[in-house]
Amino acid sequence: MGVPVITMDVRRVGEKTAVVDIRGEVTAACEPVLMSAYEAAGGSATSRLVLNFAGLEYMNSGGIGMLVTLLVRANRQHQELAAYGLSEHYREIFELTRLDEAITIYDSEESALNGVVR
Amino acid sequence: MPETSGTETAGPDRVASAEQIGLSAREAAAPHEVAPHGVAPRDAASWAKKVDRLEVDPREGVRGTNVAGRRLTGPVQGFGKMWQKTYRMDAGQVPPEQAIATWREHFPEFWPKGNRFAGALTGINPGDVALLDLAIGGGVKLSTGVFVLYADAESFTLMTPQGHMFAGWITFSAERDGDTTTVQAQVLMRANDPLYEVAMICGGHRKEDKFWAATLTSLGQRLGLPAPRVETRSTCVDGKRQWHHARNVWHNSMVRSVLQTLAAPFRRGKRTSTSA
Repeated sequence: MGVPVITMDVRRVGEKTAVVDIRGEVTAACEPVLMSAYEAAGGSATSRLVLNFAGLEYMNSGGIGMLVTLLVRANRQHQELAAYGLSEHYREIFELTRLDEAITIYDSEESALNGVVR
Repeated sequence: MPETSGTETAGPDRVASAEQIGLSAREAAAPHEVAPHGVAPRDAASWAKKVDRLEVDPREGVRGTNVAGRRLTGPVQGFGKMWQKTYRMDAGQVPPEQAIATWREHFPEFWPKGNRFAGALTGINPGDVALLDLAIGGGVKLSTGVFVLYADAESFTLMTPQGHMFAGWITFSAERDGDTTTVQAQVLMRANDPLYEVAMICGGHRKEDKFWAATLTSLGQRLGLPAPRVETRSTCVDGKRQWHHARNVWHNSMVRSVLQTLAAPFRRGKRTSTSA
């Protein structure tokens, strides 16, 4: 098992929203880091979880599988998942895998927080 | 309580580990290089280019129906419970890259008899569409396909189109595990519609387990393993059915394949009379 080359910092924005700043490589190996971030950002009070992919440097299909796992967990808690900061390449991967139908993609943090697709 | 079968089980109400769902944890150990701004990331060549609907060329030996014009379906678009199924084999001292290269190059040859995989002649590459004829009994072949979503030196992933038995992807990977190499196939799926969900419950899961165990065993034999042994683990990741996707049944390739099989003699007759 490789050492995850990733950091995920959690910021709370208001009472019901949390932003996770992802920097590095999203692979299956970073699952513990992501789930720790989810726990830190989660709780029943959080209804909207925003993933900031501006620092994403690499993602393989294991990373996409991990995001599906996160989605299942969030759905169980009736939480909405959103994303922003995706480069054109990673946005296309979200669209190709049709993950964008469950995780709404925004162009900026502002629009992600407001829930307005631009 | 998650439903489990096979040799291992998951804990109560636990979402299955993404590490298990993941395809090649070794990829995370790759050199950490930051792609300069404007330069394609190093995974760019491993991913297929975006497609909205599948396009296929006719291939010899398969019917080739139920694929052209279909959209891809992931676990998000499926109907049934979400399952993660893992089939693992100890591949001894075979280097992971060699195991995956052999698998990619000779993929159709490892399939159980009666099933056809008609892919590109060059093996498995991102963006390829392969046509499948799968034996479902009664002399009927289920015609469907798969799309190569991702491929690198240590793993490759296939994604399914509308109408396939399941919505999701299956990843084939190899990694060093201590002194030995472990080869695995891992499926993350939901049955695509209510008919398939019933079929999976009524023997479909068992049939699929046998299929991939046989495939891995064939690969093991090709890699020179004296006695390949496959370990199977199934975990229900999400016990909820997505009823809003029940209408996927419209694309059901099993129903369409049966109808196409029944209609084939009439079509042949019509062609003959037209040409006469």
